[in-house]
Amino acid sequence: MKSSELAKSLNLTLLVDVESEIHIEGVYIGDLLSIVMAKAKNNYAWITIQTHINIIAVAELLELSCIIIVENMEVDNDTLDKAKELNIPIFKTEKTAYEIACILYDMGIK
Amino acid sequence: MSDKGLIKRIAYNVPANDFKAAGKSSSSIKSNLKAIGIDARILRKIAIISYEAEINIVIHSYGGNLYCDLYEDKIVIVSEDKGPGIPDIEKAMTEGFSTASESVRELGFGAGMGLPNMKRYSDEFEIESSENGTVIKITILI
Repeated sequence: MKSSELAKSLNLTLLVDVESEIHIEGVYIGDLLSIVMAKAKNNYAWITIQTHINIIAVAELLELSCIIIVENMEVDNDTLDKAKELNIPIFKTEKTAYEIACILYDMGIK
Repeated sequence: MSDKGLIKRIAYNVPANDFKAAGKSSSSIKSNLKAIGIDARILRKIAIISYEAEINIVIHSYGGNLYCDLYEDKIVIVSEDKGPGIPDIEKAMTEGFSTASESVRELGFGAGMGLPNMKRYSDEFEIESSENGTVIKITILI
């Protein structure tokens, strides 16, 4: 689906939109980059409270489908610029990681 | 380790404390290897290993170099830094053990999984360290 459609169905703020379709094949929740590196996989949505520019390096290396920033954390402009450059969709929400995970689960991502 | 059969070496300078650029060398290694048709499963291992090696140079060293050596049957990631070295390698290899500062941890680094992840995803793992620097050679068979 399009980033905008995902934003709408999960009630997320779309911070970085991309042209291509998003395919979510799994979900990983984590804030420690090394653990995310080892566990998240290609086309996973990553739910985190980290907003530093290095989350983009992790998403790019793992070819994640998108990053969902939870708990309304403020995202650095550097992070958004880099995400635009590398075509990585970023969403933001005031919901918790658990709430977003539940919604994704109900959407059929298991 | 001999250089026999080395097809190509790609070299990167990795400066200390440059968190904004951290990950750049690993991304370049991955896209170079992807371009020559390396399998996605191998690419994932190399991405994890090179990222951890690069981040370790940024966080813990005075700067260094990262190399990706391509052989016919293997890829070797080499990390060489300028010190100050790892006082207790055995401890550093323990999952969860980290000497990273609080400010670095707040950015999501310093999980204490860097060296263990490198070893886990490698086929061969060699590490040598003194106060003049640390050299890590990680082999991934292809």
